[in-house]
Amino acid sequence: MTFTKLSVSALAIAAVSATAAAARDEIRVVGSSTVFPYSQAAAEQFGNVSDFPAPIVESTGTGGGMQIFCGGIGEAHADITGASRAMKTSEYELCAGNGVTDITEVQIGSDGLSIAVSRDSAFEWDLTKTQVYLALAAEVPVDGAMVANPYMKWSDIDASLPDADILAYGPPPTSGTRDAFVELAIVEGCMEIPMIEAMGGDWAEDNCARLRSDGPFIEAGENDNLIVQRLQSDANAVGIFGYSFLFENSDTLKAVDIEGVTPSFDTIESGEYGISRPLFFYVKNAHRGVIPGLQEFVEEYTSEESMGPGGYLAERGMVPLGDSKRTEEREEAANAVNMPAK
Amino acid sequence: MTDITPEQTGSNRSRSSTELVRQSLARRNRKQKVLQGFGIAAIFFALSMLVILVGSLISTGYPAFTQTHVELEVFVDPEEVDTENLSRGNYDDMIAASLGAYFPDVDMSSRIASREVTQVLSSGAQLKLRDRVLADPSLIGETITIKVPASDNFDQLNKGLIKRDTPEENRRLNDAAIANFDTLDAAGVISAPLNTTLITSADSRFPELAGLKGALVGSFWALLVCFVISFPLGIGAAIYLEEFAPKNRLSDIIEININNLAAVPSVVFGLLALAVFLNWFGMPRSAPIVGGLTLALMTLPTIIIATRAALKAVPPSIREAALGVGASKQQVVFHHVLPLAMPGILTGTIIGMAQALGETAPLLLIGMNAFITSAPSGPFDSATALPTQIFIWADSPERGFVSRTSAAILVLLTFLIFMNAIAIYLRSRFERKW
Repeated sequence: MTFTKLSVSALAIAAVSATAAAARDEIRVVGSSTVFPYSQAAAEQFGNVSDFPAPIVESTGTGGGMQIFCGGIGEAHADITGASRAMKTSEYELCAGNGVTDITEVQIGSDGLSIAVSRDSAFEWDLTKTQVYLALAAEVPVDGAMVANPYMKWSDIDASLPDADILAYGPPPTSGTRDAFVELAIVEGCMEIPMIEAMGGDWAEDNCARLRSDGPFIEAGENDNLIVQRLQSDANAVGIFGYSFLFENSDTLKAVDIEGVTPSFDTIESGEYGISRPLFFYVKNAHRGVIPGLQEFVEEYTSEESMGPGGYLAERGMVPLGDSKRTEEREEAANAVNMPAK
Repeated sequence: MTDITPEQTGSNRSRSSTELVRQSLARRNRKQKVLQGFGIAAIFFALSMLVILVGSLISTGYPAFTQTHVELEVFVDPEEVDTENLSRGNYDDMIAASLGAYFPDVDMSSRIASREVTQVLSSGAQLKLRDRVLADPSLIGETITIKVPASDNFDQLNKGLIKRDTPEENRRLNDAAIANFDTLDAAGVISAPLNTTLITSADSRFPELAGLKGALVGSFWALLVCFVISFPLGIGAAIYLEEFAPKNRLSDIIEININNLAAVPSVVFGLLALAVFLNWFGMPRSAPIVGGLTLALMTLPTIIIATRAALKAVPPSIREAALGVGASKQQVVFHHVLPLAMPGILTGTIIGMAQALGETAPLLLIGMNAFITSAPSGPFDSATALPTQIFIWADSPERGFVSRTSAAILVLLTFLIFMNAIAIYLRSRFERKW
């Protein structure tokens, strides 16, 4: 029977390739979907200029990446994870519990989060963080008490804003972009309200951080392109995503200014633009010298050509670090300086 | 109706029933017309949805089947090439120098000034030159003609996807960049040949260099593994259940479970694979072997059900005749029943494989959606598959990936149609009617 022959030969091929693939010879990078395009760029560049195979980069989200990265030491576990926030204490403990104690934390640059609207929108949008909070949070203070968000139109919040329904597309809770947005815009905006400020920072984090689920805020999944498409079809809807997406789509979308500052590479780097966050990658130092090319890849990733101003990461939308910070991060990365225990 | 009186069963009643039929005829005909109308409307609706789907895919996808190229005369400067290590040559500068011939006013020795001009070319241009020289070192010192891809923005401009009448501040290319491109176009070095890169290259972050080779090879390995496992196992299970197993409560339970398994959402199989194959057996992430095993779990019930149906369709007279001339039960199955059922089995298998080819969710969970710039050389190497490649491209910010996503979907649909055509051919060619 021909199918017997076919399966036997296929099994033989599989067996031969199994012996060839006994050891992992390429670097594995997991982690944040925000850092993914930068890791991609560094990986492709590394594959082209070095004699090592290009690293394999997978977008798992910051939290998912930490789970895989902290799984243990050895070929089955990833070498590098990207993160759009610093590693949490619980994640460090997970790592330490699995024997992953020697980790270098490298900040590659920062990412500006942008709130964007379609270019068809006639209004010149300029919001304060407090207005963003009042529009999107689940509970807001009204007459001294926290109540379910009553605002349905922008003009309900401030008369100077357009008389249009609040409609915002944003990332789901699994996304690092969402974490950063809640932390940098919502909670900070909440803290600027005198009544909340009096309650203290911890109280604010517990009570302001929930986004509303009664319609005006819509979770649009991890696919930022989908948000872009929806904004194009509704001039008054706003979308929340990384600045690089706004930059790539600047012909159809325009930025919402935050406290009078338009997001741009300059305003994000200087910190003038309020909603920006650092981007990191974490290297498992026990894998250096074991996984071929890991040391060289880390050096490529942190090289001036890559993370410097005008480098290929900046071309993709990352906002580079200042000169002295960059040199410091580069040296720490190359010398495998372990991050302090958390 | 035992106590019906004779008058009621007589001619009187038969007349009234003819009357009744006649009266209801118009209404029944109308009902039939309405039903037919609904049927036609449903078919029309389904067809128009198909036309909209395929039409939108083709209209967004067709630009991806060509790629703007720039033809350059490059002098392979022996001074720029490191003869010890050919791959370390300064190919960037050679390309820049040859491009500079079209722009006499631009000082190509200045990095910033030359960038204005060289941004027309893909960053893969120098690699293409490098590969040419690596393959044939005798080219050093010669002037060669080489066609290199234009970068994504200029490709979009050439295809009219970046519109020249958009105000400059909203356009992704400024007027100076467009003027540079037009200079090259006027010199006749711009062409838009068939985009072979789409099939011959693996993934890249640059749309103009990205292709489906890695995904095609990855899908091939995954499907091969899936076939090798699910085909013999599925047929074996079906033969036992259909021909040998005693009909009792246990075999009933097994049958119900197999039928239910065919309806389990594929993402569940992905979670199972993540827990069992990756975390417990420690198999490699992103590898087609794991993908194939997962898809095999999914395809098995389909094959078992199709095989049992095909075996059932072989008339009992065949079995009885074979038993009658002294064949053992095993001989009956392998010499007579199975060969006669084969066309039906193969049809079911191919349809199952086509389903597996288009399956995405379980592959996402086992990491087959990674960014991999080379095609796998075996089922243990990391790879993507066609549907996951579509997923990655759909999520990429670069504009060039919008049309490439549609093009990749068209490639996937072509394979699916091809596989289904084979199934239909097998069925009509070899199927026997009793």
